[in-house]
Amino acid sequence: MEKLLNDFSIGLFLWQTIIFVALIFLLRKFAWKPILKAVNDREENIANALNSAEEAKKEMENLKSSNEKLLIEAREERDAMLKEAREIKAQIIDEAKGQAKVEADKMVAAAKEVIKNEKKAALNELKNQVASLSIDIAEKVVKQKLSTDDKQKELVNGLVEEVSLN
Amino acid sequence: MVLKKLSLFVLLIVANLSFASEPTNAHSEEHHGEEKSWSEKTQEEKKSYIDQVKEHHLKDSYNFEITHGVGFSLPVIIWDGELKIFSSSKVMHGHSHAGYTVDHHGNLVSTEGKTKAKMTNLFSGEEDLFFDFSITKNVFVVLVMSLFLVLLFGAMAKKYRKSQNPSGSAKFLEPIVVYIRDEIARPNIGEHKYKRYMSFLLTVFFFVWFLNLAGMTPLGIGVTNNIAVTFSLALVVFLITTFTANKNYWSHIFWMPGVPMPMRIMLAPIELLGMFVKPFSLMIRLYANMTAGHVVVMSLIGLIFLFQNWFAAGAFSSLTLVLSILELLVAALQAYIFTMLAALYFGAAVEEHH
Repeated sequence: MEKLLNDFSIGLFLWQTIIFVALIFLLRKFAWKPILKAVNDREENIANALNSAEEAKKEMENLKSSNEKLLIEAREERDAMLKEAREIKAQIIDEAKGQAKVEADKMVAAAKEVIKNEKKAALNELKNQVASLSIDIAEKVVKQKLSTDDKQKELVNGLVEEVSLN
Repeated sequence: MVLKKLSLFVLLIVANLSFASEPTNAHSEEHHGEEKSWSEKTQEEKKSYIDQVKEHHLKDSYNFEITHGVGFSLPVIIWDGELKIFSSSKVMHGHSHAGYTVDHHGNLVSTEGKTKAKMTNLFSGEEDLFFDFSITKNVFVVLVMSLFLVLLFGAMAKKYRKSQNPSGSAKFLEPIVVYIRDEIARPNIGEHKYKRYMSFLLTVFFFVWFLNLAGMTPLGIGVTNNIAVTFSLALVVFLITTFTANKNYWSHIFWMPGVPMPMRIMLAPIELLGMFVKPFSLMIRLYANMTAGHVVVMSLIGLIFLFQNWFAAGAFSSLTLVLSILELLVAALQAYIFTMLAALYFGAAVEEHH
């Protein structure tokens, strides 16, 4: 301890203190302040850049999700439209079928009517034909039967018998 | 025989490690060595010569001598009632000028019976004191290093004007600056108050680190192994701590909250002592670590000259190399510890009540 105190140089201590304190102030003005400021500024810049990048990323995600939503909506709309179209198609077909049936029924009915009328006409004609034919035949038969007097008598007798029987 | 020698040298290392111990008998025997050649000297004389070299290496001097005879003079500044400034070459090597000379120990002495002012006699009222404010080798190194730091970091600051990205020296230095800010200042002092201590912390870190490194060069310019330098650094820490301290700090010293009354009275002197012990420990730690490193390295080199054989030369050279690498780490570590503890003390001084 005695040696340490004895070796302690007052001059060196004073110079060292003066130089060191001056060095602190010099370095503070010319080095530390600008350096720390530059480093701080850069760190802030980096932090800001990172933040904005993060925000951009979030925005992108939002956009992406909204895009997806739009896509899903569009798909749903398309499906709905397709379904509707299918329904309309079925409806149209059904309607067409119904109409066609009605038309066909009408036609069938008309045809039936025509057939009925034709049939009636044909029958009437047939009846007339048969009548005239019968008259012809009857004429012929009568003509034959009444060709002789005997036969005429016989017929009259026959008819008389029939009447008397009634 | 070899074993006996070896144990002797191990003892020598141990003796040298306890650097604060009494000086050896080197002084009584010096200058004898110059008359004999190295091989003619006895083992004792060799040892004392090596001790002398070590002491000389650790000591401040009045001229800047890189090796024997190669160097330049520095100004001697003396106050003994009047200011005397002259070149150290006028008082070196036995010359005397204006009543002063440098003796063979390397100390500036008066030829007119005046006593150099020292810590031991400064306040003793002794008359005929002279004050030595010379630009010694250590002052010169501190000046040059300060100039270097201003130029280096001034240039680094300029690099940021062009671009925010570090370039050149800033690339290497910026991580250290940021490390001191983020790992030393911020956690120890606190997010809101660290800024005003940054200038000191950065300056002291680079100052101590670079001076420690400069001390490792073979130029013999170890400044941080001088107690006056570390005392000055510790004093600045003490002053900053004391003058920026808040109410909470003082209340923890004089009236410790949260303990019973008798404990408060007992703790006050202890805490008061602690105020001074903390920076004192900074001073001793840096001084002791750097001095010890130098002494051990020089002792190992000295052993080569004591053994004077190839085996010793190889063994102790490689041991010195390993130790030098360790000292390189210690140079940074001690700067870090000094800065770290200073930040810790500042943090305690401005800690808010919680």
